[in-house]
Amino acid sequence: MTQWSGYLGLILQGALVTIELTLMGSVLALIMAFLAGIGRVSRFFVIRALATTYIEFFRGTSIFVQLFWAYFVLPFAGLSLTPLQAGVLALGLNVGAYAAEVVRGAILSIGREQYEACTALNLGRWQGMRHVILPQALLVMLPTFGNNAIELLKATSVVSLISLADLTFQAQVVRSQTGSTLMPFVSVLVIYFGLALIISWGIRSLERRMARGLDGVRV
Amino acid sequence: MPAPIIKVDAISKSFGTFKVLDGLSMQVMPGEKLALIGPSGSGKTTILRILMTLEKIDGGHIQIDGEQLYHMERNGRLLPADERHLAKMRQKIGMVFQLFNLFPHKCVMDNVTLAPMLTKGVARPAAEKRAMELLDMVGLADKAKAMPAQLSGGQKQRVAIARALALSPKIMLFDEVTSALDPELVEEVLNVMRKLAAETDMTMLLVTHEMGFAHDFADRVLFFDRGRIVEEGKPDEIFRHPKQERTQGFLKKIIAAGHRV
Ligand SMILES: Nc1ncnc2c1ncn2[C@@H]1O[C@H](COP(=O)(O)OP(=O)(O)OP(=O)(O)O)[C@@H](O)[C@H]1O
Ligand SMILES: [Mg+2]
Repeated sequence: MTQWSGYLGLILQGALVTIELTLMGSVLALIMAFLAGIGRVSRFFVIRALATTYIEFFRGTSIFVQLFWAYFVLPFAGLSLTPLQAGVLALGLNVGAYAAEVVRGAILSIGREQYEACTALNLGRWQGMRHVILPQALLVMLPTFGNNAIELLKATSVVSLISLADLTFQAQVVRSQTGSTLMPFVSVLVIYFGLALIISWGIRSLERRMARGLDGVRV
Repeated sequence: MPAPIIKVDAISKSFGTFKVLDGLSMQVMPGEKLALIGPSGSGKTTILRILMTLEKIDGGHIQIDGEQLYHMERNGRLLPADERHLAKMRQKIGMVFQLFNLFPHKCVMDNVTLAPMLTKGVARPAAEKRAMELLDMVGLADKAKAMPAQLSGGQKQRVAIARALALSPKIMLFDEVTSALDPELVEEVLNVMRKLAAETDMTMLLVTHEMGFAHDFADRVLFFDRGRIVEEGKPDEIFRHPKQERTQGFLKKIIAAGHRV
């Protein structure tokens, strides 16, 4: 019995690493999503081109390859990252590229009349974006952001390939040490699922809070 | 005689191959109340949108308050206006839209204070004080904390008027501000406009299908057809004794449709 609780402890440690990766990766993804998403609708060609290149590159190559580059290739360029840093970097950049398209789509979904009201009130382009367009677009982005965050959570398991002791990695360890397959894999299944539920629930309550007063009505 | 505050000189505007405005010229004096009437598609909205810089012109010149709107004078030469010049010119002009275009995520108060705080650097307390005066003027002082979705169409439009007034423009453009409203809500908005006309010396351009209101409100009426001003004059001249056949035809149709003139 005490032995099992020790193994469970290992798995929970892994869960903490997974949570850490998910949170930090999401923060990076969010930053990249807004930078590139807003960059995509910029008036300046260079900024649009940079944003498009980033998005297409990270959507077009696999997360495995990106992780291996972050961990194994960057040191040759003089940048050595810990496995956690490499994991956060690869996950954040990868999911950020997908989320950037969500940001762009949400910005474009806001009606022309809102932009025109900004012009008529003499708001600058960035003022209008910051105070009028983005706050409304955020509500459009949220549900898809929730999906992106869950995708990111599931993708964290790739870091076990660079020996970071996340949930999936620890499950393998426990399996090889105990010879039991059921216990570790049932635990990780439940934990991943629980984490995904927490993300869904969090996003949904955020959505409800932000939609308050709008009454689901866009005028 | 004072100089005109708006001077439109031979402007043209096409959408694709369709010429909406064709060499249009007009002048508006400071403080003048102008009604723009005419059949659907005659270019009334387009001219207001051009004055608000929501639409570019293909040719011609516009002067607002003695300065070029779409051009900048540099060393005696006229260059196309840049964003900074446009921003400077927009300070003189405000617009109220047919569909209000309120910011749905901001309460009434924030809708009104946003632009003065951002574009004029007004501090929040001063901006809110001015907003309350304006909301009081349009009869909505008690709705300051309401969200747009909680308001009726007439109330929304009155907020939109207060929002535009908060920037104290010299010129206000109104594009069919009552035509999206239920009939019983039209009057409350028209009352605000009457008050504005009586109490301020703002120059006001009004596109409307409310001929009765145009008659009482305007100093001068312009009848538009196919992107040109076909006839203009005092309300009595246009509505009682139109000279042009097209004006007569248009007014007949409007009366047949049940509008009061
Ligand atoms: N963005 C646009 N693209 C293409 N055509 C346009 C556009 N905006 C206006 N038009 C066309 O230009 C013409 C003039 O439009 P405008 O809106 O100025 O007319 P209006 O006099 O305001 O008519 P209404 O009384 O119906 O509002 C119309 O034929 C319209 O279809
Ligand atoms: Mg119109």
